[in-house]
Amino acid sequence: MSSATQQKNVNSDFKIDEKTKQKLDQIITSANKDKSNLIQILQETQDLLNYLPESVLAYISTQLDVTEHWIYGVATFYSQFKFIKPGKHIIKICMGTACHVRGSNKIKDKIETELNVKVGETTEDGLFSLEEVFCLGCCALAPVMVIDDEVFGSLTSAKLKRILTKFQKEEEVL
Amino acid sequence: MKSDSSKNGRKILICEGTGCLSSKSDLIKDRFEEELKKADVEDVEVTFTGCHGFCAQGPIVSVLPEDTLYVKVNVEDVPTIVESHIVKNQPVEKLFYEDPTTHNKIERYHDILFYKKQQRLILSRCGQINPERIQEYIDTGGYIGLAKALKLSQEEVINLIKQSGLRGRGGAGFPTGLKWEFCYKAQGEEKYVVCNADEGDPGAFMDRSILEADPHSVLEGMAIGAYAIGSSKGFIYVRAEYPLAVKRFRKAIETARSKGYLGNNILGSSFSFDIQVKEGAGAFVCGEETALIASIEGKRGMPVSKPPFPAEHGLWGYPTNINNVKTWAFASWILRNGYEEFRKIGTESSPGTAIFSLTGKIKNSGLIEVPMGTKLREIIYELGGGVLEDKEFKAVQTGGPSGGCLPKELLDLPVDFESFKEADSIMGSGGMVVVDEDTCIVDLAKYFLQFTQSESCGKCVPCRVGTKELLDICTKITEGKATLEDLDMLEELAHTVVDGSLCNLGKTAPNPVISTLRYFKDEFLAHIEEKRCPAKVCKELISYQVVEDACIGCQRCKRECPVDAITGEKKGPHFIDASICIRCGLCYENCPTDAIIKVDKFGEVA
Repeated sequence: MSSATQQKNVNSDFKIDEKTKQKLDQIITSANKDKSNLIQILQETQDLLNYLPESVLAYISTQLDVTEHWIYGVATFYSQFKFIKPGKHIIKICMGTACHVRGSNKIKDKIETELNVKVGETTEDGLFSLEEVFCLGCCALAPVMVIDDEVFGSLTSAKLKRILTKFQKEEEVL
Repeated sequence: MKSDSSKNGRKILICEGTGCLSSKSDLIKDRFEEELKKADVEDVEVTFTGCHGFCAQGPIVSVLPEDTLYVKVNVEDVPTIVESHIVKNQPVEKLFYEDPTTHNKIERYHDILFYKKQQRLILSRCGQINPERIQEYIDTGGYIGLAKALKLSQEEVINLIKQSGLRGRGGAGFPTGLKWEFCYKAQGEEKYVVCNADEGDPGAFMDRSILEADPHSVLEGMAIGAYAIGSSKGFIYVRAEYPLAVKRFRKAIETARSKGYLGNNILGSSFSFDIQVKEGAGAFVCGEETALIASIEGKRGMPVSKPPFPAEHGLWGYPTNINNVKTWAFASWILRNGYEEFRKIGTESSPGTAIFSLTGKIKNSGLIEVPMGTKLREIIYELGGGVLEDKEFKAVQTGGPSGGCLPKELLDLPVDFESFKEADSIMGSGGMVVVDEDTCIVDLAKYFLQFTQSESCGKCVPCRVGTKELLDICTKITEGKATLEDLDMLEELAHTVVDGSLCNLGKTAPNPVISTLRYFKDEFLAHIEEKRCPAKVCKELISYQVVEDACIGCQRCKRECPVDAITGEKKGPHFIDASICIRCGLCYENCPTDAIIKVDKFGEVA
């Protein structure tokens, strides 16, 4: 609910090519073209494209025979959905209670200063997006963050630096 | 102890719960297979399990039949375990768990106080079986409950659950049998059962662990419930943040179908039932029944006023019965073992066990199952091993954002629905976060308000505007800008939000404020009257200083400081410029000689 509503859609230039269209059709068909499966459709679309471009939502609306308003109404309600193209790696810093009492705020501050990025933003080089999540359910490892699908626990500022550097170095090699 | 190593017969269980997986336990499993091959040992089974609940000690490896538990295992430890334990029958002592109080190394799983003190009913298989193999579930008594249920009438099943006294483990503690009966009696062509696995409380992971470690127990419970109320279709609504739980549950559905525990004519009866997984998309309010229903229907997850209750008017307007993950798992336990067994455990009004995820400033973070009525002190000091670094216990927060903080005076409180309610907290889904002297209570209350405020769906004014106002006042307090009138307003407004909100998110959102004001008013007053944060957490009220005598001039703080507020030459004392310092605390954390201290910013004023 939070970040999505604050973000404006600036990616109106996404063009749906033939391959993407085929995949979208697959997603919609496997959800029986049923609007009660809209959330599932949006999730699978986001898995495919990493975000929900305006043109794609417009396409889904024609296929499901619902208005774009309806789709935006649903999509902006849930914090999972993104409307701006995210960075290559998505950092999710856990702000759950256990992480909070074990200093996740400091870790978040450190990421923000290290990468010069705020929560909800993407770094200038497009390498990282920073997001906050409430509880990843790995409370015993607090403070925790997830980069893409990898969980990093018991974070300290030194450990954090090593992890971020590792990702940055990998990029340089590529 | 010694046995013929060529006939090994051992089983090595590697935990692949979310916690242990994050420490690469999957690689440990691969390495075991490799090393066993190298050592040419046959007849040893390597398999994985779900969460043991002892996540702080992960990755966890256990060896059967000895019942040896290895903690914090690295990939590099694997050759040693294979060579010493598996081949030479000499368990590796350095990887045993060390008791935080006695510092004794403990070899056996069930000798560890953390486990010994538990009574595991629905967690009994967690960490013991491979969750992706249905046969292991069946071999440990799985699906007996369903088979029994199908031989009874619907009313008989409902009566069994009623007699067991089972109360919903989602938080409110409503009698489960009664809930089932409402839905059973409701009129509708179609009826639905739903498993609420939208475990949104930050600091809680009971449901995740059960779904990851023993998904069939939940599935079986849902099938039993569906039979009892007369439903043929079920949904499980799982949080998007739990991908592994989703994967394991999907797998469980598939295998259950192939074995005839789901689908048409289950176990040869006339009962047919199937389950569909619905993934949440990140909205805390969807844990509320009516919001969850809207979300399953593919809409915005906004609650509606009750009545009508979902038992009469639920999914697509049909009677719907929604229970929490743990409640469903208990239903299969009760059917298998009988309601009398269940009633023998716990208290008269809250029978059975309670499951908590014990986290925060505690030595043994993890998942525990204890009889209802167990005292908080036993949980925190015996199972939990006490507060981290032996600091002073300040409070235990239960029930997540809807719950409250219980102070040390209440450590002898028994855990059950009524006792918690009287103490201005709730059992909730089972989060239990321990906080110590270094946690600021006002900051904690503010934290929860931030959470509920951002998760409020915005439908009703008391919740939407009220939580924002409460948060603003708390923020003012933590900044040292509040007056005593603000404190009165905080209290009054908290009760207004409770009385006026539409759903339980709003009705319970002020609980963290109400309970902290009841038990920790002094801390609020210190912030307001003395402009002092006793725990030295609130940034606006503290400053950092270097103790000159202790500073060795290593320059580490200078390097860490993100705003260049620290000056000083190598090997000479350093100084922090308070006008530049943003009080991020990095210098404080990184100082090797603890030469940096936190002081009250307005210390002199007070």
